[in-house]
Amino acid sequence: MTVIPPGQPAPEFSLATEQGERLSDADLEGQTTVLVFYPFAFSPVCTDQLSVYQEVLDELESRGAKVYGVSCDSTWAQKAFREKLGVTIPQLSDFEPKGKACEAFGVLHPGGFAQRALVIIGPDRVVRYSYQAPSPAELPGANLIFDGLEAVPS
Amino acid sequence: MTDLRSSAPPPLDDSDHVRGPTEAPLLLLYGDFACPSCALADRRLRRLPLRYAFRHFALRSKRPRALALACASEAAARQGAFWPMHDALFDDQGHQDDPHLWRRAQALGLDLERFEADRRAEVTAARVARDVTSGLRAGVALTPTLFVGGERHAGPPTPELLEALAAGIARAGRGEEPARADSM
Repeated sequence: MTVIPPGQPAPEFSLATEQGERLSDADLEGQTTVLVFYPFAFSPVCTDQLSVYQEVLDELESRGAKVYGVSCDSTWAQKAFREKLGVTIPQLSDFEPKGKACEAFGVLHPGGFAQRALVIIGPDRVVRYSYQAPSPAELPGANLIFDGLEAVPS
Repeated sequence: MTDLRSSAPPPLDDSDHVRGPTEAPLLLLYGDFACPSCALADRRLRRLPLRYAFRHFALRSKRPRALALACASEAAARQGAFWPMHDALFDDQGHQDDPHLWRRAQALGLDLERFEADRRAEVTAARVARDVTSGLRAGVALTPTLFVGGERHAGPPTPELLEALAAGIARAGRGEEPARADSM
């Protein structure tokens, strides 16, 4: 299983927000969306990754990009993780039904967690950039998000 | 808007912090004085006769004292004491508060009033931010991240990397390494 390639429409999916609502593919219409798939809340590597993206969040938002963290952890674990890090990046949970959205994006690890991956979806809901780290221990730098945003038609 | 697309680390210039023999292999480290893994990396690297360059990768959300410590080292640099402060910060990470910084500044013989003004100056924050931006563009996502011969190594130096560095130092000592500019 590999991450969804650029050029394909975003798959149908539904993820739980911290507010107890659902965010689905239809909600992405009209906004540039950056989905940051990560394996586990509280794992040291994920910790560094979200801290780095938080550092450039203003820059991403000024380019009209909305960033979300996605994992198969429960909403409660994600919220505690986000608060512990002191980051504001909203988290989306793929806990129930477990891994369904990750599977739709081609990033579900056989172990039942998300591969470390980035997916950028344009306002037309077409995937414009995707990247899957060669191993879960390898962190995609924030530079890759800015490279990927170049592929989103303005 | 800042350009944050991918770009290799910029070559060293006069405002970079560099020490070690000019003929030795160059190692560039992006680090954070509040990061325990950076202190470990420093411990492993300090005894090697490398040409060693340090750039800041102090993130606002990562460790509460990261930025303050980076700015303190830059304030020390303005009095010619970057490396003594660098070593003093990594050698005692248990003491990171302002009074501990004042004590270090005094021990290093710095003008304390000037140190205080400099570490809070906008130009100091901008100097730190410049390093962070170049690190972000070079794909740095955790500390420490090392660049050796154009290759990126995330995390403290492994035994394999230390071995390769030692071999490079030996070759340079025998004059087998070609002369090179301070580029990544």
